[in-house]
Parts: sequence; C-alpha cells; structure tokens
Amino acid sequence: MNEALLRSLTPEVLGILVRRGADFAAAEDAVQDALVEALRVWSADPPRDPKGWLVTVAWRRFLDATRADAARRRREDLVDEEPPVSAVDDTLQLYFLCAHPSLTPSSAVALTLRAVGGLSTRQIAQAYLVPEATMAQRISRAKRTVMGVRFDQPGDVTTVLRVLYLVFNEGYSGDVDLAAEAIRLTRQLVAAINHPEVAGLLALMLLHHARRASRTAPDGSLVPLAEQDRGRWDTSLIAEGIETLQAALARDRLGEYQAQAAIAALHADAPRAEETDWVQIVEWYDELARLTDSPIVRLNRAVAVGEADGARAGLAALAALDGGLPRHTAVAAHLHERAGDLATAARLYVEAARQATNLAERDHLTRQAARLNAARLNAARLNAGR
Amino acid sequence: MAKYLLLKHYRGAPPAVNDVPMDQWTQEEISAHIQYMNDFAARLEQTGEYVDGQALAPEGTFVRYDGEGRPPVTDGPFAETKDLIAGWMVIDVDSYERAVELAGELSAAPGKGGRPIHEWLELRPFLSAPPTITE
Repeated sequence: MNEALLRSLTPEVLGILVRRGADFAAAEDAVQDALVEALRVWSADPPRDPKGWLVTVAWRRFLDATRADAARRRREDLVDEEPPVSAVDDTLQLYFLCAHPSLTPSSAVALTLRAVGGLSTRQIAQAYLVPEATMAQRISRAKRTVMGVRFDQPGDVTTVLRVLYLVFNEGYSGDVDLAAEAIRLTRQLVAAINHPEVAGLLALMLLHHARRASRTAPDGSLVPLAEQDRGRWDTSLIAEGIETLQAALARDRLGEYQAQAAIAALHADAPRAEETDWVQIVEWYDELARLTDSPIVRLNRAVAVGEADGARAGLAALAALDGGLPRHTAVAAHLHERAGDLATAARLYVEAARQATNLAERDHLTRQAARLNAARLNAARLNAGR
Repeated sequence: MAKYLLLKHYRGAPPAVNDVPMDQWTQEEISAHIQYMNDFAARLEQTGEYVDGQALAPEGTFVRYDGEGRPPVTDGPFAETKDLIAGWMVIDVDSYERAVELAGELSAAPGKGGRPIHEWLELRPFLSAPPTITE
C-alpha cells in the first residue's frame, strides 16, 4: 500500500470529524490512530472504500477517547451525519488552522505535517532531528493554542505558504523526504484554492526540486549552480514548473513566490551556465525587491548584477548593502574573484567560511579559499622560475 | 558502558603537530579529511558506539541573568585568548581505554600533505546515573 496515498486522505477525514462536532485536538489524535491502524491491517486486507474505512475507525476512536461525563453529554448533541460541505473546503480550513498566526513557525510546521500531512510524531521528530517526546510536546501545545479558533472562518493564505516554504527549505533528513512532502502538500493546496501565489510557490518548489540530484557531489560537497551537470536536471519537473508558473503569471497578480519562480525558471531555461539571461534575472530581482523589501533579495540581486554588468557593477551594488547580512562576505568574495582580485577573494572566502551557518557551506567556502590560494602559489612559482 | 564527550577546540588546546589551516590545503587533502571524519562516525555507528556529534560556529556569546524585569546581560565575542569549542562527538564505550583509542583515531585525521593532523582532542567522561546496587 502506498503510504503517501493513505496520508493524502488525512485532511478530508479530519475535516469530516470536525464537521461532525469533534474538537480539533481530539479528532486529530483519533485520525492519527486510524492511520496507524490502516498501516497495520491494510496491506493484508485493503478496504474497498479507504476513506470510509478511515472515517469509521477514526470516529470510533474519537468516541472511545471522549468517555468523560461532560464529553458524553456533549456527544449526544453531536451530529452523526456529514453536513453538505465539500472535502476541499475542509482541507483548506485545516491548512489555515495549522498555519494560524498565533502559532510559532516551528509549531505551525509540525502541526501541518501531522494534521494535514498525516505524518507520525516520530517521523516528524526524525526529520527535524529532535527527540520524539519534544516533538510530541510541540504538537500538543500547538493544538492547545488553536483550540479556540473557529473552523469555519477563512484564514490567511500567505501564512500557509510561508509554512510550506519552510518545510521545503529545511535541509534535514530522516526517512521522510521533507522537500517531496512539501510539494505534495502544496499540490493539494493548489487543488483546494485558486490563488496565483499558491501556484507560484508550487512552481518554485518544482523548479528547485528538479536540480536536486546535481546540487551535491558524490562526497556530499555542494556544487554551485554554474558548475552543475545540467543534463541531470529533471526536465519533466522543469516543464511542469514552467507551465504552472506561466498559468499563474497570466492572471496578472504578481507576488513574491511567482517572482522567485520566474528567476528559477530563467536558470532552468539556460542549457549552459554561460547562456543564462542575467539581464532578465536582474529585472526580476528588481520586481522582487519592490514586492518584499528584503535585504537578502538585494544581496542576490548584487550577484545577478555582477553577471549581467560585470563584477565591478556587482561590487558597487553590494557596497550599498549592510555588511552584516548573512552571506554578504561570501558574495563579496565571489565578486572580487570575478574582478580578478584573488588575494582579497581568498581572504574573504576564509572569513565567509567562519561566518557560515551550515557545515556544507562552510566546507564549500573553505574549498574556494584553498583553490585560490593554490592558484596564487602556482602563479608565484611560475614568476619565480622565469 | 560509559559515555564520553570528545571536544574539538578552535582555540585553547595545545597546538597540533601538523598545524596548517585548511585554506592552505589542496582540494584533495580537504576531501580526504572530510571523508575520514565521515567514515569514522559511520564506523562508530556500525559498532554501536556513536551517540551524537555536532559542529559549532566560532561566534559565541556569554549571557547571564541580570535581575527581575531586566533583560539578560550579554558579553562577547571575546578576544583570541579564550578557549573556543569547535564541535563535539559523544561516544558510548566499554572502557576508558577504548575512549582513548577512539580519540586517538579521530586525532589522526589527515591534514596538509595527507599527513595526520595530530590534533589535541579533549576527552571528558559523563557523570552517570547512580548504580542500583551499591553494596
């Protein structure tokens, strides 16, 4: 049995329980129990109606769990028939609830993966490298936080997108592929709401996911975009990403995810790194800077300017930015190397490695410094021998 | 079984024998070093002696309570004199001798010229839970 297929039924089943009057926290526990049960028995005895099976089992678990007097009294008021509300609406409401603004980002991520994604607490804990008890606590606190939130009020789709973006961008790993899970959840959201930024985020994810195999060397080291083997990019994901993006852009409601996806699409379009349309990429960064006012965007724009108009222009764009920005030093090192100042570039690469926030990037930057130092040493030897 | 913390220092440990910073190595030397470290951790996972390991950024801050209703006081980062931890590995082994043996292996990771770095690692035993049977 396909576990992802089973998990894709989670939001619908949970929505049905909540519509019947179950409170969200208890219903969510009951659905988790039903998923575990399904994994146990379905492989030997698959039901004809998987969703109906899950609803029945989850509902029974919910009733078993609410045995207290008060709960029993309330239970008598519960409706046993599903009101005529579409599963799509329920799914959408669950996304809103799990990304509620009262939740911290890490809580929203955990709750989304469990209540919408149907992942177990253990799987989420493994994916984020924390003990299972810690993750269980994070999820139950998150559920308590959203306890009073009404299920029938529309939420803010931008907070949902931010949560999905966080899931996709998290580099950790366990037996769950978080990037693939984020794509699955975003596809599901695209089906539930017609919004160009949701499509923009999906396009952005697909275009980045397409490059995944070429992003790391066999020894685990990072391979920068310009040096990636483009033959290993997933062309079907790129085609789908570009198609999704074009449909979103045609609606003329530009947002930051569409703009980011447009930049990713321009990279995907170039058969060789030298053929990249940097002029258009700079224009998209200008657009993005207007939309977000993010200093990180302006930092990336400086890199693009360095490619479009030369390293000196890139350094001039960089000079206008705060030197304390993350990766500022790494960008400066890169631009100085392009400008031919290898001594400065090597020194900055060492400094950037010291500031790196992850091991792969630190190793990569140290390698850049080592490469330049070796090149300078060779040049000095050649000069001395002359 | 006893748990030990293997501490690697940016500063504060006696100098290594092969003490050349990594940006002066060749690409192959860097690759060989990283491979050695990964293989070491993988081997300890195989033998059931690996618990955890993490690398730390060199920037750190001291923080202390400054009284009711006041924000905590922060201090640092400090000048070159301070001891600075670069990372750790926790191992769970049968004896002190085994812990020393493993620390020695880790210290033999190759550096400049492919020769062992002979880096000083600090070995610290965990204080364990009291035993049930004491008499």
